[in-house]
Amino acid sequence: MDRRKFLKVLATGASGLAFGNALKPNELQASAPGKQSDKELLGVLVDTTRCIGCRSCEAACADINGLPEPNLDDEQIFEKRRTTSETQYTVVNRYLKEDETEIFVKTQCMHCNYPGCASACLVKAMHKLEEGPVNWETNCIGCRYCMVACPFDIPKFEYNTPTPKIQKCTFCWETRVSKGEKPACVEACPADVMFFGTRKEVIEEAKSRIYQAPDDFYHHIYGEQEVGGTSWVYIAAVPFEQLGFRTDLGTTPYPKLSKGFLTNIAVIDLLVPTLLLGISYAAKNKKNDK
Amino acid sequence: MYGNAETTEIKSVKDFIGFFLKELKPQGKNLFTPFNVITVPIILLGLVIIVIRFAKGLGAVTNLSQEFPWGLWIGFDVLIGIALAGGAYILCFMYYILGYEKYHPVVRVVVLNGFLAYSFYAGALILDLGRPWNAFNVLIGNKFGFSSVLFMVAWHFFLYTVSLLLEFSPAIAEWLGLKNAWKILNKMTLAAVVFGIMLSLGHQGGVGGLFLLAKAKLHPLWYSEFIPLLFVVSSVFGGLSMVIFEGSISSKVFRHRMSEEHHETHDRIVLALAKVCAGAMFVYTFLKIMELNHEGTWTFLATPMGYWYILEVVGCVVLPGMLFLAGARSKGMGLVKLAAFITIIGIVLNRINICLVAYNMDAAVRYVPTWMEVVVTLTVVFTELWVYRWIVNRMPVVSDSPEWAQHAH
Repeated sequence: MDRRKFLKVLATGASGLAFGNALKPNELQASAPGKQSDKELLGVLVDTTRCIGCRSCEAACADINGLPEPNLDDEQIFEKRRTTSETQYTVVNRYLKEDETEIFVKTQCMHCNYPGCASACLVKAMHKLEEGPVNWETNCIGCRYCMVACPFDIPKFEYNTPTPKIQKCTFCWETRVSKGEKPACVEACPADVMFFGTRKEVIEEAKSRIYQAPDDFYHHIYGEQEVGGTSWVYIAAVPFEQLGFRTDLGTTPYPKLSKGFLTNIAVIDLLVPTLLLGISYAAKNKKNDK
Repeated sequence: MYGNAETTEIKSVKDFIGFFLKELKPQGKNLFTPFNVITVPIILLGLVIIVIRFAKGLGAVTNLSQEFPWGLWIGFDVLIGIALAGGAYILCFMYYILGYEKYHPVVRVVVLNGFLAYSFYAGALILDLGRPWNAFNVLIGNKFGFSSVLFMVAWHFFLYTVSLLLEFSPAIAEWLGLKNAWKILNKMTLAAVVFGIMLSLGHQGGVGGLFLLAKAKLHPLWYSEFIPLLFVVSSVFGGLSMVIFEGSISSKVFRHRMSEEHHETHDRIVLALAKVCAGAMFVYTFLKIMELNHEGTWTFLATPMGYWYILEVVGCVVLPGMLFLAGARSKGMGLVKLAAFITIIGIVLNRINICLVAYNMDAAVRYVPTWMEVVVTLTVVFTELWVYRWIVNRMPVVSDSPEWAQHAH
């Protein structure tokens, strides 16, 4: 056994002892340890070339989640770029092309394949279901680390109540999708902007649309590779940075950013006490020799 | 008058309660000292704000937002507080592990400072948690988030606070005159120190490690894979600078309590610590340069954020590092104290930069704390100082231990 291999074994052994199943190689997903999923992740394709900016999705989302009803007649709201909030799990923004044509983009939780928020959560209140949705539970302590960790700035905190919750798009998991229905926004869309299916089907659909009309699309599926892939993916006519998307996120799954450090800590926790006791013993002997 | 530890015999709980109530009374004749006059109104105001915070939610008293979920309370208490309380594990390492006897007079006071800092900062953290009634979920396992750096930090933080209490507990036993308990507690010290150092490395690095997941939000000059290591190294010189700074104040305020040994060795210890600081700061600067190279962020240096970064690294690490060195060589106490002061400013600057200034730079509205957040932070600090003063005036911290406990500690 060479040195490198020895260290590797040591590191895995140490992390295994300290972290159980959670850090098994190739198991970055923050789902319950030991559970091997045979299910396909669900996903949604958002084809921004079809969106007409009617905001029916916002209304449907508010309705199913019991949120304040948006005023759909108010065209003014497009003047400013909006983000999702604790009372709006999805919002539609308008972007103008150089020739003044409008492009509308719906925003909501991307439901990452390897969610940063879930890997940040110290009580697994934020967690990814094996079907794909990333959801929140009430054992949350309210530390808001998920908000720091989310590359898309999606989890929102209720600052104005003594009993706050983290609010965000739930993929309509409990209300609809777990019962075999489509998410409310997908169902409500009059322009067929969204395509709901397994993530595999969704990616294939996106590819085939770009393939069949190569001149109408910018050749990239946003969310196919970004931060290790997301359940919600986008296609568009223009480069994504023009539509308010971050294109500098890279393809590394977020949990990987801190995984190496966690492994190191496990090694430190095992080796440091031994080392210290050794040094202390040696220092004592030195004193006695005098 | 002070510290009647030698005369106390405590045989029952009833004795203890009587003794404790007696000790609770203030010892000073004049209650209207400048310290009391300034701190008491602020603490009372802070308590009112805390009540409002729990009645109406965080938004009622803080400027926290969806873009800035962490503000002054996390930035000051957790990031700065933990770094500046790092002196305890470094001194314990030098005294208990390496066996440098010369640090003996300061070890106890530094451990007490560490313990109080951790207890109060953990307390302040509860104020910042949105759902504090669930805080125990982390410990009791209402889901263990093994993949979370914060989970790791929480456990290391909690256990380290316990180990600091164990390290300090012989002083409590001496105060209460509990000879048998003292013998047992004293034997546990080495174990507590060994685990304390391990736990310190874990959470000092871990606090930096929290920001590994903020890759999309932190300015490239501050984001780095090395961030946990940088936090550990800066906790060495930050913590020791705080020891020097506190020492120079305590040696005036608690002069009447100080043992001869404590008093005589003060300068010698400070100069030795200055050398350790200088060494750690050299390592830190080297890591910073390596990081610029590794991440290729040189190009950002010629921007306004770059100048800010240079001010932090050169002005508040390289400069005081050199002052430490010069002070240690010329035995200039003034120089060393100045260096310690600048270093502390540098730690504050670095941690605030990471969690507020260089964080989420695209945000439409920057976070600036409300006056109420500042008052609550001051309340935490002042309450800690009150408890600290109460303990130092009663237990053998800077004073000599009672005779029966003198032979071995």
